[in-house]
Amino acid sequence: MSDQPITRRKLLGSTAAVGSGLFLSGCDMLNENEAFRGVLRSATDLNFAVHRSLGSRAALAREFPISERSPFFRGNGTQAPDNPAYQAAIASDFAGWTLEARGLFDRPGRWTLDQLRAMPQRTQTTRHDCVEGWSAIGTWTGVPLHMLLDQAGIRRDARYIVFRCADVMGGGIPYYESIDMIDARHPQTIIAHRLNEEPLPVRNGAPLRLRVETQLGYKQAKYLQAIEAVASLEDIGQGKGGYWEDVANYAWYAGI
Amino acid sequence: MSRTEIHPPASADQQPPPAAMRVKHAWTTRLWHWLTVLSLAILFMSGLNIFNAHPMLYWGSYGANYDQPWLVLERFPHWATIPGYYSLADARLWHFFFASLLAFTLLAFMIASLINRHVQRDLHIRKSEWAAQNIKRDLARHARFEFVGETPRKGYNWLQKISYILTIFILIPGMIFTGIAMSPAMDANWTWLLDVFGGRQSARSLHFIFAWSLFAFFLVHVALVLLTRPLMQLRGMISGGRKPVEERA
Repeated sequence: MSDQPITRRKLLGSTAAVGSGLFLSGCDMLNENEAFRGVLRSATDLNFAVHRSLGSRAALAREFPISERSPFFRGNGTQAPDNPAYQAAIASDFAGWTLEARGLFDRPGRWTLDQLRAMPQRTQTTRHDCVEGWSAIGTWTGVPLHMLLDQAGIRRDARYIVFRCADVMGGGIPYYESIDMIDARHPQTIIAHRLNEEPLPVRNGAPLRLRVETQLGYKQAKYLQAIEAVASLEDIGQGKGGYWEDVANYAWYAGI
Repeated sequence: MSRTEIHPPASADQQPPPAAMRVKHAWTTRLWHWLTVLSLAILFMSGLNIFNAHPMLYWGSYGANYDQPWLVLERFPHWATIPGYYSLADARLWHFFFASLLAFTLLAFMIASLINRHVQRDLHIRKSEWAAQNIKRDLARHARFEFVGETPRKGYNWLQKISYILTIFILIPGMIFTGIAMSPAMDANWTWLLDVFGGRQSARSLHFIFAWSLFAFFLVHVALVLLTRPLMQLRGMISGGRKPVEERA
């Protein structure tokens, strides 16, 4: 030890340095701790509970005038599924594409794109918010999801709708997402087939994608092949309700 | 809450002891102060991790890679983020937990500080303090670092009050509400948020600006504590400290 007296300034300085080092490594250790992660997750659960109980379940996301649209609506995630089945679908201009209703329906079945286009449509110019932080505004046209659920005779024990997609992610897993029945019946929740008055571009999910306007981008499943009604998310993927939820711990509730 | 009056021991080694002392910082203030230190540190660092997912800022409702950002930054280094590696999902878990802690402790502190009259007694800027003469004198004193090594006086000066009021009533609430304005579900419920801040991307930009303003406040605040009897000040914010009972106006 040096015989220089420890000054207050030195003491405070070294305490701060040691303290912040401990703080940072402590945070990383806590981040790996399952019990602590449970505590952190409780805030997200609380947000969901507050939004569902105090918020209005039918509150509409703001709709914008066409003049406020993004000049270019960027794509994200999968922007060009490269599996042969999807490539073949592009080649045939999605002529044979169908949307299947399966799971807890009284009348499961399939809709062709023409059948979907012949149903009542909703057009909305809304803001898309990516979990990464960026936003884009575009005009979507499609069939309200609640009409499809009713047409296929959704059963009372269905609690979630799972969306099955044609894009294959890492590990050979096709993309999937899910929402609860409150969001599924929301008036702005549509199965969109048009963006800005044109058929959906491939980068934005051709030929069909989900729009659920009160949640973030990773809920907006693209390249839709099936809607599946289930009573629980336990048997879907690894049980957390979506691809990113299962592989990277994103929160199932994407309203914040 | 009643004020606690304590008479100093006769052997107090300072100047002639004043007649009556009171606890300098109420327990509600101290508890809120340290919980806020913890929350803001974690929110700032997990916020940098979240920012790294898209290190660009825009004004207006929309903004993405093909639009015009007003600020483009390099990603912040991992030693400055929580967790200490890039994880948007985990940073969001940390961020939302401590955001709730920050918001609810601020609300509780505000209510407690109205009841125990901390706001009215210590933060309220009286008419006389708004006199140009007083403000000029206070700015000049700070500019000349006249306070260095001084025992803090009975009450806060004008510049102190302004900084604390800005932090407590503008910057931290600003952080909370610009944060809420980035939630698509809350935007549907509270559409006025979008009008107040000028759109979601503007809210995100303001969130960033407020965060760095709070960081600047933190630097100045700590520097000033270090310049004015740091150990006494630190002790005061932990155990309460003592200060003379001020004369009634």
